Amino acid sequence: MDAAPLAVELKGIWKRFPGVVANAGTELTVKRGSIHAVLGENGAGKSTLMNVLAGVYRPEEGEVRLFGERVVFANPADALAAGVGMVHQEFRLVPTFTVAENVVLGAADRVLNMGAVERRVAELAGQFSLDVDPQRHIWQLSMGERQRVEILKALWRDAEILILDEPTAVLTPNEADELGLVIRRMANDGRSVIFISHKLHEVKQYCDEATVLRGGKTVAASMPVADLTPQQLAELMVGEATEAALRPEPRQAGEQLLSVQNLCALNNRSLEALSNISLSVHAGEIVGIAGVAGNGQRELSDVIAGLRESTSGTVTLFGEDITTATPRQRFRAGLSYIPEDRVGVGLAPQLSVTDNAILRSYREHTRGPLIAVDRAKAFCADVVDSFKVRTGSLDQRIAGLSGGNLQRLLVGRELTAEPSVIVASQPTRGLDVQGVKAIQELLIDARNEGLGVLMISEDLDELLAISDRIIVMHEGQIAAEYEGADADRSAIGLAMAGESP
Amino acid sequence: MIFGLTFPEAAVIGLLFAAIQFGAMIYLASLGEMIAERAGVLNLGVEGMMAMGAVGGFVFAIETGNPWLGLLAAAVIGGAVAMIHGLFAVVLGANQVVSGLALTIFGVGLANFWGTDYEGLRPEVQFVDVDWGPLSDISWIGRILFQQSPLAYSAVLLGCLTWFVLNRTRGGLALRAAGESAATADAAGHSVLGLRLFAVAIGGAFAGIGGAYLSLSISPGWTVGVVAGRGWIAVALVIFGAWKVRRVALGAFLFGLAMALPNRTESFDLPWDPILWSMLPYILTIAVMIAGALVLRNRPPPAPAALGLPFRREER
Repeated sequence: MDAAPLAVELKGIWKRFPGVVANAGTELTVKRGSIHAVLGENGAGKSTLMNVLAGVYRPEEGEVRLFGERVVFANPADALAAGVGMVHQEFRLVPTFTVAENVVLGAADRVLNMGAVERRVAELAGQFSLDVDPQRHIWQLSMGERQRVEILKALWRDAEILILDEPTAVLTPNEADELGLVIRRMANDGRSVIFISHKLHEVKQYCDEATVLRGGKTVAASMPVADLTPQQLAELMVGEATEAALRPEPRQAGEQLLSVQNLCALNNRSLEALSNISLSVHAGEIVGIAGVAGNGQRELSDVIAGLRESTSGTVTLFGEDITTATPRQRFRAGLSYIPEDRVGVGLAPQLSVTDNAILRSYREHTRGPLIAVDRAKAFCADVVDSFKVRTGSLDQRIAGLSGGNLQRLLVGRELTAEPSVIVASQPTRGLDVQGVKAIQELLIDARNEGLGVLMISEDLDELLAISDRIIVMHEGQIAAEYEGADADRSAIGLAMAGESP
Repeated sequence: MIFGLTFPEAAVIGLLFAAIQFGAMIYLASLGEMIAERAGVLNLGVEGMMAMGAVGGFVFAIETGNPWLGLLAAAVIGGAVAMIHGLFAVVLGANQVVSGLALTIFGVGLANFWGTDYEGLRPEVQFVDVDWGPLSDISWIGRILFQQSPLAYSAVLLGCLTWFVLNRTRGGLALRAAGESAATADAAGHSVLGLRLFAVAIGGAFAGIGGAYLSLSISPGWTVGVVAGRGWIAVALVIFGAWKVRRVALGAFLFGLAMALPNRTESFDLPWDPILWSMLPYILTIAVMIAGALVLRNRPPPAPAALGLPFRREER
């Protein structure tokens, strides 16, 4: 063995799913004691490859080697036993269990002495400076703390290789920096960390080497991150030179369209989710709502769209009080809504493209009491054409459409109604780079045509790029507000974490 | 006299004795259901499993001449019948409510059919109440607590054992995880299917023992409808007890009281017909369900989060 043996070697991995080749001979090597980024767009095959390494999927071809030895995993437990731990995007934690119970769930003594277990978990946490109380229950913890529990679980099982699947998606910028320190400590301890991401600045900041995947193939293997610019990484990921971030021309905002005054509302657990929110959206501006998930953004968009009752406060559109108006009345008054759950709230997965396209306006496509199918189809064809929705036929169920196409259809439907205000909740989440760009362009076009846009996003870079103003929400309140041009990334990050900048 | 009611000593002792007797019987069935539910499987077949345990226990006790062999048979039969639910609801992922209801209908029907030839037989074999020597001679307490059937003491023992296994062992932790978040238990390397099948089988065995308690000790013999809806009470009791071993025990005693009272209305000079009083446990069951729903309306439920949800490992 040489001085820095390879911890992981994935050679010629093939994995197909019905209709998709996720990995087409993908290669990956990770050195011991290093933090290795795996980059790629959605659908590049990152998650599938990691699930192969973690024993969730079995590859059809190719081999997996750990520390030079060939291994075959039948299930995740095998992989764990061999020292591969994975922190999935959706945490695998039991909310009603304590931290300690979750940590030892997979590897406990036959008879439990919880006091001793808690001490040992606390010791392990201290060793890596993971700040978490073993006696607390998972449901009491923030997303950042939950992630630490997941990492603790892997450490408890003595994982030599830790896979983090888009770990910063649920974190505030400051929590992300803390995570960076933790994984650096693990690397210094001789462990290897695989860091999946599509955020370039994080890769620059936290990782030693990067492997870039595109279309299931490795397009760049184990490049030292220090020598790379984010532009180079981006080019490798997308396969073509990306233009600089979109930025709309600054302009004077027009009249006030939507206004929310002292709005309060409860969440699904009857706890206060919004307290005294006041904001307004003017013609020709994009107002971005920043914040970590679960700080009231969802409730805010629901209340504005009429899907959730407010407990006090008012919502006005064109100076008219619509606080108690039904969703349809609001829609007719010129308020369009792109909900966070695009399938479920926005679109009905079992209905056809046409049916989904006319969900809002079906009353306009009727002959007597019946739907005029020909007119509905004509309308739908119009939406599909103008918003470039790629679909086999108009009668196809939308369940088969990709995320980007679903979102184009939804945005198309909402914009075709010629609204004056559009509320868009996480409109680009889960889309690939091309899809994100397309949706952002549509929203900017709408703004340039004089619409007011309220855009809720967890992606701060996106908000910084396209918003005229940014409002930061924290625990149901407005924590800070910035003009787009002079918004400072780190100040917003602090506000998102609930600290005054 | 309190509130115009008389409390003759013998009647009170008899009532409390019977409350513990009925309570222990219902506790066994409830405990079993609780174990299954903590693993994430709702089994509404308790009534059917109790009926099968009652008839099977009785038949085997008569044929072998040994009540303990009858009890063993009741546990095995209860567990075996439960595996029908295990097959459909756990392995095949069928709707747990439908599968459980079917099990009740099937179990009660089969028990009635099997018991035809044994109906009305006066058994020579039945459980003899335990004699704890001097303890049994203590006035009041001796009669109420220390002259019970061995099955009552086994209920206490099984309750303690269940608590220990659920809360203090690796297996119990895994079983609870299977009921709270099956994907998490799976990812940690536990077999969700295995844990759930085990829990359902144990639940069936406990229900079978509860049924045998009826046919071999409380009212020795077999008659059609001897279980009389008590399986449903056992299911309600799990909710009443908030899926906790000790609170289910408390609830079992209260329901035991409600079940023991109707036979003693005359001793207490209670108004109304005894038939009305015999509705008490069932009215209590409905009341508990409604109260539970009201209390929990705005709170996260204490029920296992994955209760009633079949588990299938995610494959794309």
